Amino acid sequence: MNTTAEKSNLITGNTGEWEVVIGLEVHAQVASNAKLFSGAPVGFGAGPNENVSFIDAGMPGMLPVINKFCVEQAVRTGLGLNAQIHTRSTFDRKNYFYPDLPQGYQISQFKNPIVGEGEIEVEREDGSSFKVGIERLHLEQDAGKSIHDMDPNATYVDLNRSGVALMEIVSRPDMRSALDAAAFVKKLRTIVRYLGTCDGDMEKGNMRADVNVSVRKPGGPLGTRCEIKNVNSMSYIVKAIEYEARRQIEILEDGGQIDQETRLFNVASGETRTMRSKEDAHDYRYFPDPDLLPLELEQAWIEEIRKTLPELPDAKKARLMADYGLSAYDAGVLVTKGARADYFEAAAKGRDAKLIANWTINDLLGRLAKEGHDIDDSPISAERLAGMVALIEDGTISSKIAKEVFEHLWASENTAAEIVEKHGLKQVTDTGAIEKAVDEVMAANPDKVEQAKAKPQLAGWFVGQVMKATGGKANPKAVNDIIQKKLGV
Amino acid sequence: MDTATLATDLLDLTLADALEALKAKKISATELTEAYITAMEGGRALNAYTTETPDKAREMAKASDARLAKGEAGLLEGIPLGIKELFCTEGVETNAGSKILKGFVPPYESTVTQNLWDAGAVMLGKLNMDEFAMGSSNETSAFGPVANPWRAQGSNGTFTPGGSSGGSASAVAGLMCLGATGSDTGGSIRQPAAFTGTVGIKPTYGRCSRFGMVAFASSLDQAGPITRTVKDSALMLQAMCGHDEKDSTSLTAEVPNFAASCGKSIKGMKIGIPKEYRMDGMPAEIETLWSQGIAWLKDAGAEIVDVSLPHTKYALPCYYIIAPAEASSNLARYDGMRFGYRAEGKTLAEVYQNTRSEGFGEEVKRRVMIGTYVLSAGYYDAYYLRALKVRRRIAQDFDEVFKSVDALLTPSTPSAAFQLGERSADPISMYLNDIFTVTGNLAGLPGISVPAGLDAQGLPLGLQVLGRALDEETVFAVGSALERAAGFAAKPEKWW
Repeated sequence: MNTTAEKSNLITGNTGEWEVVIGLEVHAQVASNAKLFSGAPVGFGAGPNENVSFIDAGMPGMLPVINKFCVEQAVRTGLGLNAQIHTRSTFDRKNYFYPDLPQGYQISQFKNPIVGEGEIEVEREDGSSFKVGIERLHLEQDAGKSIHDMDPNATYVDLNRSGVALMEIVSRPDMRSALDAAAFVKKLRTIVRYLGTCDGDMEKGNMRADVNVSVRKPGGPLGTRCEIKNVNSMSYIVKAIEYEARRQIEILEDGGQIDQETRLFNVASGETRTMRSKEDAHDYRYFPDPDLLPLELEQAWIEEIRKTLPELPDAKKARLMADYGLSAYDAGVLVTKGARADYFEAAAKGRDAKLIANWTINDLLGRLAKEGHDIDDSPISAERLAGMVALIEDGTISSKIAKEVFEHLWASENTAAEIVEKHGLKQVTDTGAIEKAVDEVMAANPDKVEQAKAKPQLAGWFVGQVMKATGGKANPKAVNDIIQKKLGV
Repeated sequence: MDTATLATDLLDLTLADALEALKAKKISATELTEAYITAMEGGRALNAYTTETPDKAREMAKASDARLAKGEAGLLEGIPLGIKELFCTEGVETNAGSKILKGFVPPYESTVTQNLWDAGAVMLGKLNMDEFAMGSSNETSAFGPVANPWRAQGSNGTFTPGGSSGGSASAVAGLMCLGATGSDTGGSIRQPAAFTGTVGIKPTYGRCSRFGMVAFASSLDQAGPITRTVKDSALMLQAMCGHDEKDSTSLTAEVPNFAASCGKSIKGMKIGIPKEYRMDGMPAEIETLWSQGIAWLKDAGAEIVDVSLPHTKYALPCYYIIAPAEASSNLARYDGMRFGYRAEGKTLAEVYQNTRSEGFGEEVKRRVMIGTYVLSAGYYDAYYLRALKVRRRIAQDFDEVFKSVDALLTPSTPSAAFQLGERSADPISMYLNDIFTVTGNLAGLPGISVPAGLDAQGLPLGLQVLGRALDEETVFAVGSALERAAGFAAKPEKWW
């Protein structure tokens, strides 16, 4: 495990270099149609308090019953994190009072989580990678939502989220920079999306992180950490950590000490501020929930789930590199979403894979990103992109013309062949026609001909002129050959 | 026969007798129900019923008569019952004896009561109880204490029917219902049964679903019946229990025919007498009663074996850590936010404080505070965790003795009923009421209290039979052997 940051990750303060140590607790909402203990429906966009059962509302005499599918999703996630699945886990009550917590306690797994130690490989933008240890994953229920800004004198409570299943995934403090922390969350999101166990939608709050940050002198003992609660976007994670690390360094360099506390990230100011100090920390009085029996899983059931696991991003990346000869970078970009890799593989069938990868990554994904979309809603199907690449391969169009064809593919529903036909974009390989064009250009520019004969590198000027004259449709190689022959160079 | 006599005769029928008479069409469910409505309305001085539902009772009795006419009688067809206040009943107030739930009308039905209605039983009303089942005298009820129909000879003093199922026991002893549901967390069925000359069984933990039962201490709470005879209890429990997928702690075990065990010979059975239950300062009458019980069982052919349950002395302290711990969490939902009592305040904390200070009674607050304390950081290991370990030891004690005996015989309570107000100022002496019964809850075992005699003041006393987990059959067999031998026929003199 990388215990010390690479040099470039260190933060320079007034007294020298500092290392930031980061651990995360990621709350991922289990992709499930029903809640963890009540069977009530889960859905985004329902009216306030529409998805609430008597159990979720904490009515007297109501009892929780575990939703087997949510357990299966947790096991699947654990397997995807290369983690130990515990065949026996237990549920505890975390007690505190709040109007959006109807039972007066949250059912969670404090002592014996369903998933134990695991590890994942995380890639950085520059292609390097690092490992992050997973300490545990446990199941718990979400609370409702308090809405403070609808009325100046009242707080409204929406219990739709109350009882929704969450997976809390706790990492080891293995990250040494804000970007690494974000990369970890990205990787985690990719994995749960592959597994279908969480939609990873941070905007809807379906995935959010509590970030633990401390700083130390490189190689020194761990510093006191602060926990930044409920950070719900990648860029906020980066900003919150960067701010928090700077804040802690400043305090330490001024001779102060860090108070262990819980902090909140203010999106508007980009700062973190105290939410509660350690002294004010809740005593949650965890104890085993007597309404629920220990959760006992059969090894055979776990193995059955293992068999249904999809190919995960790391394996897929390795396979794309081996089978298609892709670079680590290209394969990495393609596997960030299962749908991207699927698109690539569908298009690459029988085609030049490298070419398909370039067009998918540079042109298609680039264009989609610019318009705020991803591959799922690409206007160009894999089949149509493959059709265009086929035309490049057989010389019907040049790569340059292909850019124009791509625009038409984006805007219409025609195939590349239809577009080339309709717009007369076919590459001219007819040497007679090219010769005629070359002759015309040379006849009009006798001085340039003389110069080029003396200085062969000027031949390129003629290529440009001929391409211009043919509307870019001439085969550039053929044009080049003819010009060189005519110039005798 | 004039109507008055007829009504009295109807009230004298046991649940088993009434079932037969109904099936034989000698009486109708409507007649029977009317007799009980009259008795219920005439017994208000006992304060056993907190809510009377005569209209519902008549409607249900009518439906029972229709089913009886078609020969579609259920297990308890036409039997008028009272329901303890902590069983949620759809459309009928369920307040668990607490001000904080006063006026709460659940939009759902508890599984136990649903099972009873499905078996054809008729609901007369809801029965008073100690607040949230915390108490042994019914004096913690926000709706006033219940009176025991029994009085000491030559005294006009009012005695407690015990608790927490005091309303249930009083209503059964006072002939205001044929049977009543109770719940037993530390003895709340068996102690009131003993105090009122009635029979009460707490089945194996998990036999009855807890769904829709207002929770006190989830790992200990168990529903059961209070009736006049052992067989009546068997019949009523039969209808109440069974697996329920809405309660994760509900057992999947088959439910045997309990009534068939009543009257079965106990010849050759081994009955254990736990020496630790012979306590210092136990009244001589209790000693005598216990010896008498031993003699009865011996006469019935059982073999008596002295056994030891070495961790018994830790049971009460263990119980008074675990039960309040669970209660402190279970009662957190009574916060004034969604249902029940709400007091206003300037801040959220004040609303909570005022609501809970005003809504809960003293005993409930005491236990919530004890429970909060024992679960707190720094105290958890010393109290709660240790109590869990002791609980395991207590259960192991039972496992050990049940290798060599079929059932245990003990007194149900360390004394007969006491007068209202006599012990309410001293919680410890009140807690001692549960000394013989809490072990059964901690170990999850079935236990029955059977009336076995009267004390010198003429107040009833009970004997308890404890059995193996899921072996209610032996408990019923031994219980009915005691019942036969005791021939307990005394009745409280009607003063209300």
